[in-house]
Amino acid sequence: MASSYKDEDGHITVSGSGAAAGAGGGSLRSKKPENTAFKQQRLPAWQPILTAGTVLPAFFIIGLMFIPIGIGLYVTSNNIKEFEIDYTGVEMSSPCFTCAQNFSWNGTKPCTCSVPFHLDQPYESNVFMYYGLSNFYQNHRRYVKSRDDSQLNGNEESLRKPSKECEPYAKHGNKPIAPCGAIANSMFNDSLELIYNDPNGTKVQIPLTATGIAWWTDKHVKFRNPGAENTNLTVVFQGTTQPVNWRRPVFQLDSDPDNNGFINEDFIVWMRTAALPTFRKLYRIIQRRSNVHPTLPRGNYTLEVVYNYPVRSFEGRKRMILSTISWMGGKNPFLGIAYISVGSVCFLLGVVLLIIHHKYGNRNNAAEISH
Amino acid sequence: MHSKLLSTEIKISICFPAAAVKHLNPIVALMFFSEEERYVRANDRPSNLSYNYANNAIRTSKYNIFTFLPLNLFEQFRRLANAYFLFLLVLQLIPQVSSLSWFTTALPLILVLSMTAVKDANDDINRHKSDRQVNNRMVNILIDGVLKNEKWMNVQVGDIIKLESNQFVTADLLLLSSSEPLNLVYVETAELDGETNLKVKQALTPTGEMGDSIEALSAFKGEVRCEPPNNRLDKFKGTLTMNGQNYGLDNDKILLRGCTLRNTEWCFGLVIFGGPDTKLMQNSGKTKFKRTSIDHLMNVLVLCIFGFLFTLCFILAIGNAIWEVKEGSVFTVFLPREPGVNAGLSSFLSFWSYVIVLNAVVPISLYVSVEVIRLGNSFFINWDRKMYYPKNDTPAQARTTTLNEELGQIKYIFSDKTGTLTQNIMTFNKCSINGKNYGELYDFSGQRVEITEKTQKVDFSWNKLADPKFDFHDYSLLETVREGNPEAQAFFRLLALCHTVMPEEKKDGELNYQAQSPDEGSLVTAARNFGFVFRSRTPETITIMEMGEKVTYELLAVLDFNNIRKRMSVIVRSPDGKMTLYCKGADTIIYERLDHSCKKLMKVTTGHLNEYAGDGLRTLVLAYKHLKENYMEEWTQRHHEASTALDGREERLDELYEEIEKDMILLGATAVEDKLQDGVPQTIEQLAKADIKIWVLTGDKQETAENIGYSCNMLREEMKEVFIVAANTPEGEPSVAKARAGLFWLQKTETVQDEQVEGDYALIINGHSLAFALEKDLELELLRTACMCQTVICCRVTPLQKAQVVELVKKYKQAITLAIGDGANDVSMIKAAHIGVGISGQEGMQAVLSSDFSFAQFRYLQRLLLVHGRWSYLRMCKFLQYFFYKNFTFTFVHFWYAFFCGFSAQLCIDTYSWTTVNQFFVWGSLAAYFAITFTMYSSGMFLIFTSIFPFVGTVRNSLNQPNVWLTIFLASLLCVLPVVALRFILIQIRPTINDKVKKHLRPNIVYAFCGYEYSLMSHNTTNLGKDVFLQKVVLLLILLQVRYKTQMEAPPAPAPRRPVRRVSTRRSGYAFSHSQGYGALVTSERFLFKRPMKGRLAFSVQTDTPQPKLFRPIPVE
Repeated sequence: MASSYKDEDGHITVSGSGAAAGAGGGSLRSKKPENTAFKQQRLPAWQPILTAGTVLPAFFIIGLMFIPIGIGLYVTSNNIKEFEIDYTGVEMSSPCFTCAQNFSWNGTKPCTCSVPFHLDQPYESNVFMYYGLSNFYQNHRRYVKSRDDSQLNGNEESLRKPSKECEPYAKHGNKPIAPCGAIANSMFNDSLELIYNDPNGTKVQIPLTATGIAWWTDKHVKFRNPGAENTNLTVVFQGTTQPVNWRRPVFQLDSDPDNNGFINEDFIVWMRTAALPTFRKLYRIIQRRSNVHPTLPRGNYTLEVVYNYPVRSFEGRKRMILSTISWMGGKNPFLGIAYISVGSVCFLLGVVLLIIHHKYGNRNNAAEISH
Repeated sequence: MHSKLLSTEIKISICFPAAAVKHLNPIVALMFFSEEERYVRANDRPSNLSYNYANNAIRTSKYNIFTFLPLNLFEQFRRLANAYFLFLLVLQLIPQVSSLSWFTTALPLILVLSMTAVKDANDDINRHKSDRQVNNRMVNILIDGVLKNEKWMNVQVGDIIKLESNQFVTADLLLLSSSEPLNLVYVETAELDGETNLKVKQALTPTGEMGDSIEALSAFKGEVRCEPPNNRLDKFKGTLTMNGQNYGLDNDKILLRGCTLRNTEWCFGLVIFGGPDTKLMQNSGKTKFKRTSIDHLMNVLVLCIFGFLFTLCFILAIGNAIWEVKEGSVFTVFLPREPGVNAGLSSFLSFWSYVIVLNAVVPISLYVSVEVIRLGNSFFINWDRKMYYPKNDTPAQARTTTLNEELGQIKYIFSDKTGTLTQNIMTFNKCSINGKNYGELYDFSGQRVEITEKTQKVDFSWNKLADPKFDFHDYSLLETVREGNPEAQAFFRLLALCHTVMPEEKKDGELNYQAQSPDEGSLVTAARNFGFVFRSRTPETITIMEMGEKVTYELLAVLDFNNIRKRMSVIVRSPDGKMTLYCKGADTIIYERLDHSCKKLMKVTTGHLNEYAGDGLRTLVLAYKHLKENYMEEWTQRHHEASTALDGREERLDELYEEIEKDMILLGATAVEDKLQDGVPQTIEQLAKADIKIWVLTGDKQETAENIGYSCNMLREEMKEVFIVAANTPEGEPSVAKARAGLFWLQKTETVQDEQVEGDYALIINGHSLAFALEKDLELELLRTACMCQTVICCRVTPLQKAQVVELVKKYKQAITLAIGDGANDVSMIKAAHIGVGISGQEGMQAVLSSDFSFAQFRYLQRLLLVHGRWSYLRMCKFLQYFFYKNFTFTFVHFWYAFFCGFSAQLCIDTYSWTTVNQFFVWGSLAAYFAITFTMYSSGMFLIFTSIFPFVGTVRNSLNQPNVWLTIFLASLLCVLPVVALRFILIQIRPTINDKVKKHLRPNIVYAFCGYEYSLMSHNTTNLGKDVFLQKVVLLLILLQVRYKTQMEAPPAPAPRRPVRRVSTRRSGYAFSHSQGYGALVTSERFLFKRPMKGRLAFSVQTDTPQPKLFRPIPVE
């Protein structure tokens, strides 16, 4: 390419014009690079040198720090009281066996069963009540994407025309399904009630709070009922139909208008799909009433189940969990154990390194210094 | 391949950015193959047009507006990575397969494509611009009897154009006539071959007679038949038919495009080749696309990862089939199957889905990120103030941004000499006059004083004609001359008379010397400053100002220099009628021809010569002789006879010269310094310590090269042996027999010593021997031997051989090579080496344009390799490690998660952060990551794009939990601790040099340390465990550090210029770097007796008389 001498030429003209510009008052710019810390690569950097003086104390300190943290976490986790009961009804002896056996999708009369259980300890402070499912693939790709966020956010258009992702639960007959998709369709619909059998013979129904179980962002941002001003959900949802498996339409999930329709918290909780096939979801909160009495005193209870949700076909299990929480969430001994073991390993490693340092490090240093 | 190249084609490399030849327009290309002979009729456009010869417009650009998009996209998708991601994109558009939304692939792909496209477009716009600039240059064309100012691109083959001084030659021209006597023109060919000295071209006499007469020129009906366009710069064959007579044309009458007209008022030329057909354009070498070894490693890794990816996907597909049969079939209550999908199909689909999900292991962002990092490192090179040369205002420049990390892997450096190691500036440094040594300074106690920049210079202001740039430090010499010391005056008179320099005096007193070689120029300049100013010359006279007095000498004869004679003489008659022969030449040659009376002086002078040679200076001995009138008359007569003789002329002249150049009186000796660039010896020393081998490949003479070798500390007196392989027959023809004899030791060494050699050896080999040694059967032996030597110097090598040597090392050593040079003759090796470095110096821009990195001084190489190279390499390695680690983590998370989500290709990390992480993680670190995450997870985003950003609240709710933070803390510590422990154990048990150094000498020592670490990086360190060796190295390092500290604190302390004073008997021979005097033209009879001989010129040019050397000779074999 002829640019070989073109460039030369260009170079000459450039320098010439540059000089002219300089004479004409413009500044003749030097090509000298700027002297900034960044351009000269002088930004402060830290390159740790692994000497015995830094590494060994670090290991010991980490060890000594982690073990107490771990113990603390473990104790906290152990102090959390948790009770779990499986009410699937697989065994013959189980109270829900018949309900499980006789399940039919279009049974008009709901099957109920009562599961008795005993709490060995009183549960102080707020108690969280969960339902748990096993072998339920809420994380299957086709399942996860089978929803229409736009519809759930109250978009009227999506309400009438659910996204294709909802297939095959987008339309039933000719009517659009609201809420559409496999997730909504498979919503957990057992109802659970807790009854305390007072030693004096009376049965006390434990009051369960159904609100405050979903994320604030879900309830207030992500999920919204369509027709913002119109509080009459029946009108709003006119022209849509309920999901195939549901027994009632979405606008009849709750009597409280702030907990009805798409912003029903049970529904919201269900819609946040679980990551693993065995999972638990928050069902209700048992608020602490007084400082004197425990929220759930020690004693016998009955779990009243309206058995609507079939899991036997895929060998699923259903559980009810009662748990208190601490500052670090629910019961989770793993973190504490992990901290303890990492701490101990660190400490041990520190010892090993110390020995190694004594055996080898000094020799090397001596060799260096002697020369 | 080498021998084939050698035998079939010579390539003088002129380099141009790629693509020039490739993109010649098809018609031209067609013609190039079909054209067998070119036929041009002067002043006959219609006839010439009928041949469809290319006009003078050039096109080096690749695209125009319409072809840009399709062509560029096509080229980009030819790259494997891009094609792969296009394939992924297509896969993602299939809903059953798509596990990620399509823009996770489209976004980076579009980013990559557009970035490349912008870069390509920018390059091409620049090419368009430069094309336009060149095509629109103006030149005078003779059309219909009138001179018209036309654009270059409108010049047609067969046009007659007029060029003026300092203009670029428009196309390849047949020189018709010129303003200078004898129809000479002077051209500078720096753009073609990198040589800055002027060359002479001469027109045929019949055409020259037309002069600048427009009538004659427009009536000129010459017809030229010549070879088709080709790329040989030194050959041209053709005939000019004019008035029924045939005249042979050779290269001597052709002006090539790319030259510049100098010192010639005007000239006329006939366009023979235009535009793409010119030799310059035909020479545009193809630029090979350079890739680094990391690139190769990356490609291999990526291929392995492909295999790995498909294995993973296969496993998961099987898993999917099993799950579908066992679990999926019963879970249909809540998750019905899509119609027509059974377990088999589902597994097939999930295979492809997982290809998409796991594509993070074959990351497109890897390529992007690597490029970005390299670009960043290139910027750091451009920004480095320590590689900025204030004198020329040139910062270092990384012209290729993709090779940085390779800089940290260099094992061999091939360096040019002139202009790279040396400044190509000769300075008159010392002299010995009548047994007295001048040029050194002594203090009061008689100790030699080191001359530095600060030393006071001799004041030459009394001499109005003095060259202000000339430096000399010894006052006593000037005093001696001004006192009127006859020997000193004779000494400088000789220097002012005995040479072939052409003076140029533009304004009164503003003298400019046009010397053929810089050392000759420096001698004449020295004489000028000491009061013997050479002012002008005619063929018969030389006028000098002797101490302010104008004296004109009659020039009776010039006994020219050549390689065998190694001396030149002039015979002059002074105004008072005395005839004197002045001679300068190589010491050995002159000493044989001295009068016996000089014995004593010879001894003293020899001592001085040894001293000079020991300092690495080029020496010349000066002598004179008074001639008797009658003898001279008779000699002139014989000389005239001899020079007009038809046969045996050379021999007869030689005899005559030999006869008269004897019994001369010794005057003294000069020492000229071939100035090294600053810091060259130190740089070479440092690079050698980093275990980088430096080979010098130079076109210079062996003596010069050797000299420089010594002054650069590459050759040392304490070396066990310096092998010199120099098969040089008198004619300069390579004699196979001699070369074989010269190479005999090669075989001997090879068998006696096996790879490991005790002590230092050096090898000097010249071009002729090299040509022989590079043949198939010997090249390996050459390489083996050369690699055993500490220093290798190849002298008198052609550009092609330079490239061949580089290729040889590249091929058999599998080492990374770097070539550094400044001239057009280095271009071939710069292109051949893995990395080419151009010195942006005096010899044009050729080398820089084809180089990958360019800077102004050789010494910056140290910083480029040991600092930038090392850092780039380390950064790149760390980055790649991290990148693969990151991707594998990502992938394995999904691989494990597959076992929990029914192998359904569900992601456990949402897709959007996926793209973000891949794209921006490395760009903007954690901060950017979190910023983007928070934006994307914000309610605002969700409300705008409900279905695209469904993760509102995720971050907020998860990061609220102390659990998360505790886990992050634990996890990061868990990741760090094992590494720390392992490294610590390694440091304790088996410390490397680095560790020891780091521990002992913590702070800011950069180079010394880098050098060692560098050598460790490129070498296997397994055998470094020996304690003794380590201790030595550590000791050395400590010493070095002390040195560096002092150097850093007291900046540019004058480096000890020549630390070791050699005691050497080896002296330079005749110090001129050229092989022949300034052509036969200036000094020969033709020039001297120009008018009466004019008629014979046309004839004599076609005989075998020595021709002016127009280009560096390249052997065609």
